Amino acid sequence: MHIYMHTRMHVYTFTHASMCKIIAFDELKTDYKNPIDQCNTLNPLVLPEYLIHAFFCVMFLCAAEWLTLGLNMPLLAYHIWRYMSRPVMSGPGLYDPTTIMNADILAYCQKEGWCKLAFYLLSFFYYLYGMIYVLVSS
Amino acid sequence: MVVPRMFLRAVPTQPSASSSGNTNPPTSYQYAASPGVPPLPNSYMKPGSAPPPVSQPLPSTYPPARPPLGSPPSGGPPLGRPTAAITSPPNSSVSQALLNSATNQEGDATSATGDGSLVQNSYDAIEGGGFMASTHPSPASQNLKMGRSVGYSYPSLPPGYQNTSPGVPGMQPPPMQYPDGPQSFHQPALGTNHLAASMGSLSLQPEGVRLVNLLQERNILPTTPLQAPIPNLHEDIQKLNCNPELFRCTLTNIPQTQALLNKAKLPLGLLLHPFKDLSQLPVVTSSTIVRCRSCRTYINPFVSFLDQRRWKCNLCYRVNDVPEEFMYNPVTRVYGEPHKRPEVQNATIEFMAPSEYMLRPPQPPVYLFVFDVSHNAIETGYLDTVCKSLLDNLDLLPGNTRTKIGFITFDSTIHFYSLQEGLSQPQMLIVSDIEDVFIPMPENLLVNLNENKELIQDLLRTLPQMFTKSLETQSALGPALQAAFKLMSPTGGRISVFQTQLPSVGVGALKSREEPNQRASAKDIHLTPSTDFYKKLALDCSGQQVAVDLFLLSGQYSDLASLGCISRYSAGSIYYYQSYHHKHNPVQVEKLQKELKRYLTRKIGFEAVMRIRCTKGLSIHTFHGNFFVRSTDLLSLPNVNPDAGYAVQMSVEESLTDMQVVSFQSALLYTSSKGERRIRVHTMCLPVVTTLSDVYLGADVQAITGLLANMAVDRSVSASLSDARDALVNAVIDSLSAYRASVLSVQQPGLMAPFSLRLFPLYVLALLKQKAFQTGTTTRLDERIFTMCQVKNQPLIYLMLMTHPSLYRIDNLTDEGALNISDRTIPQPPILQLSVEKLSRDGAYLMDAGSVMFMWIGKNCGQNFINQVFGVPNYASIPQNMTHLPELDTAESTRIIAFISWLREQRPFFPILYIIRDESPLKPSFLQNMIEDRTESALSYYEFLLHIQQQVNK
Repeated sequence: MHIYMHTRMHVYTFTHASMCKIIAFDELKTDYKNPIDQCNTLNPLVLPEYLIHAFFCVMFLCAAEWLTLGLNMPLLAYHIWRYMSRPVMSGPGLYDPTTIMNADILAYCQKEGWCKLAFYLLSFFYYLYGMIYVLVSS
Repeated sequence: MVVPRMFLRAVPTQPSASSSGNTNPPTSYQYAASPGVPPLPNSYMKPGSAPPPVSQPLPSTYPPARPPLGSPPSGGPPLGRPTAAITSPPNSSVSQALLNSATNQEGDATSATGDGSLVQNSYDAIEGGGFMASTHPSPASQNLKMGRSVGYSYPSLPPGYQNTSPGVPGMQPPPMQYPDGPQSFHQPALGTNHLAASMGSLSLQPEGVRLVNLLQERNILPTTPLQAPIPNLHEDIQKLNCNPELFRCTLTNIPQTQALLNKAKLPLGLLLHPFKDLSQLPVVTSSTIVRCRSCRTYINPFVSFLDQRRWKCNLCYRVNDVPEEFMYNPVTRVYGEPHKRPEVQNATIEFMAPSEYMLRPPQPPVYLFVFDVSHNAIETGYLDTVCKSLLDNLDLLPGNTRTKIGFITFDSTIHFYSLQEGLSQPQMLIVSDIEDVFIPMPENLLVNLNENKELIQDLLRTLPQMFTKSLETQSALGPALQAAFKLMSPTGGRISVFQTQLPSVGVGALKSREEPNQRASAKDIHLTPSTDFYKKLALDCSGQQVAVDLFLLSGQYSDLASLGCISRYSAGSIYYYQSYHHKHNPVQVEKLQKELKRYLTRKIGFEAVMRIRCTKGLSIHTFHGNFFVRSTDLLSLPNVNPDAGYAVQMSVEESLTDMQVVSFQSALLYTSSKGERRIRVHTMCLPVVTTLSDVYLGADVQAITGLLANMAVDRSVSASLSDARDALVNAVIDSLSAYRASVLSVQQPGLMAPFSLRLFPLYVLALLKQKAFQTGTTTRLDERIFTMCQVKNQPLIYLMLMTHPSLYRIDNLTDEGALNISDRTIPQPPILQLSVEKLSRDGAYLMDAGSVMFMWIGKNCGQNFINQVFGVPNYASIPQNMTHLPELDTAESTRIIAFISWLREQRPFFPILYIIRDESPLKPSFLQNMIEDRTESALSYYEFLLHIQQQVNK
């Protein structure tokens, strides 16, 4: 039960974070921000998000919540792949100010943001349901 | 969410003297050849191709309406000029008052927002930011279709193609050379008669519509240099259009929708050479620069005047007022002729920018030279050449009385040179702490060039000798660059770095990644940087308006992929002299000398930004070149030089319905070396078409090849070299099969191509055989990466020459059809196809491959010719490693030397001339450039065509 409550909170933060990300890329597209500044603000957020998500996957594993774990595995795998294939960078993060303005990459990042937003929103309600279900049944 | 940026701009209400020291009365206009351009002998503009001189007498009455843009249709002219002349001057006092109140508000807005904004961001506002003309579509739906990266969805090649040894099964061993007659081709059905008949019927059509069966047209290459296609616009409009050498589009007929563009399978993009040296450039000094109020487009020849007081922007279609000052035409001294102003008569124009276009007062030109003085560097002896060239050209450095100069040398430590006034000799300061570099006495390290000239000359004379005994082999390039950056950051400027080896200590140290045995496999070569140190430093430099130019003179692998980032993102240039050595490789010394002279004396623009605007509906997809992309349409160029080219990929975001023409405008804002802020604007206008056949009709094959090469470089870095090669091949296959499927009504056998694309397969094959993309073990990694840098940074004409060299027969040069340039007669021999078949043993041939030239002498070449050109009695006595032609007093010698030096003068780099005989060690590199022939690892042109045909007909 606790685990659902905690994840719910974090998923809420994630939702918020993806929203910010989408807005950030939109700002880049419409010329408001310098790509260097934008990447500097976005990059430090990437790794914490991935780590927290991975941590909850481990928690689900410990709690033997197989279904929930199964739902989260694709995203975990995507995160690992995404971080492995990031551009050459010394600091943490994914976004490179020299390539981010490329229309393809920008569009990809935005699409990624929307998909994640949808995923986090759905999982938010799923966890809410999960929590209530556990509360009611216990 | 959208804050209208346009209100950030201030329009001066009163003509005030700008802070750049411009003393001209604000309403006077000056037209002169750009003062920054010295009368260069190598101005690449033909005298006739310059924009029409503006001072010609103009009629004082309105001409009849200008015909509509675009192909002359029967419909009404939506963009035409008014026919009615307005004779009475309008009520100026009222409109002036309105203007004043409007601009006052804007001025307030500027002062309110200007303070808080960052320096970097406010550059957007300076050049004119402007909100995007289009409302941004919902992010989920956009860009799904527009991503047309090279060969993204193309099928991969059959295995038979990639490693083509002669015995590949499934592929007939094709003949090495073309058979003589068409009967031995693979389409036996198509006899000679049939061909003649079809040609006969086709000849009635205009040349552009003609079809070409590539398999049968043996002599496809024109004997004169290929010209850019002329857009199908009305003569009067076309006359005003931008010179194709400056601004070129891959499709001179713009497809109306993205769907049509996708169908054509051709890339849409621009190739620019914005800062090219021009012999004639109208310069306007005016206090008001007329621009569109919503998209900030500069007024240009393709706008339409609704009446005398209003003009309609050709990019966003907003109707703007004509300012009062613009009503007066200074050329004719007539009031009320805004459409006759030079801004509206020239597609290429330069404005003197007033102070609102500056973020800070113009800085002095600052040049910093950073020399590698490790043992290895001293061994090569480059320092001697560079210091000598610098000494010779010190007075020719572009600048003014404020020009500053400084020097840093480094091995495992960093040496600064204090050139303080009053010192009897330069003082060397050594900083050995490379972990945390600091600058000792920063004020004396960059000094005024004029005031301290003797001290500087003294230093340049002693520098080469100072390190001759050095045994230090380490190289601390990273810390030296950091120091240089710190030194330059207050003013911005140019850093020229000379490096001869892999940086080995301090930050930015690199490890060797080249493994000679793996060169063959196109998979695992390291085209990506191994560290982001140089990229990050370049971005810092870019932020402080510092550009870094890299001269790499190295025998061993130096990881140009990583080092090159320092120049790439700071808008610098890269020079590479492989195996430079003053004794072992004397031709390189000459090359370095000549290129340094050009480098030191060429024009330079500081603190530049370039924005590319295009008609609403088109959008920019990707930029190619050396710069940092600061926003969707803005490039940050700390330095801009006249030898840099740029490419832009475009997409059609909204369909261009109801538009007959679209326009593109590039605006380059820079500070000249004289401390003036200037804006150079180029505008190009192209027609919009709705049918696929028209799109093909207007294809510009050279521009397409250039853009594809740029895209292929990106692809080799992001994916792999073999991916990029496949993508290039697929680009040909796709476009030709799209043509076959959708344009050709009657399916004819053979490989049909539109006339405009007849050279496309040949050029793509040439790209595949170019150093950047070729396979095989002969290319060293640094060399490959340098060629890739060149692809990205060279203007199209040089790129084409490097890709597809020109071959001339030179033993029978005549003065027939020769050019006459200032008392010199320059013969113009026809260009031959790049095939050994074209070489004859009794001839001599010159191959001009851009950065290198080969002169091949046939074994049975005329005794007379050899005697008169080389000054030796016979073939056998031509020296083996000849790189210079003796100047002899014979007609042949004069002609050849005139021809070669004319070719050399046309380009900013110095091609070495290698004279080769049959047994020369350089013969393989000569033969390598014979694009149409088969090489060990690549197909011949005919085989390539067969392969394409096979794929197209599938």
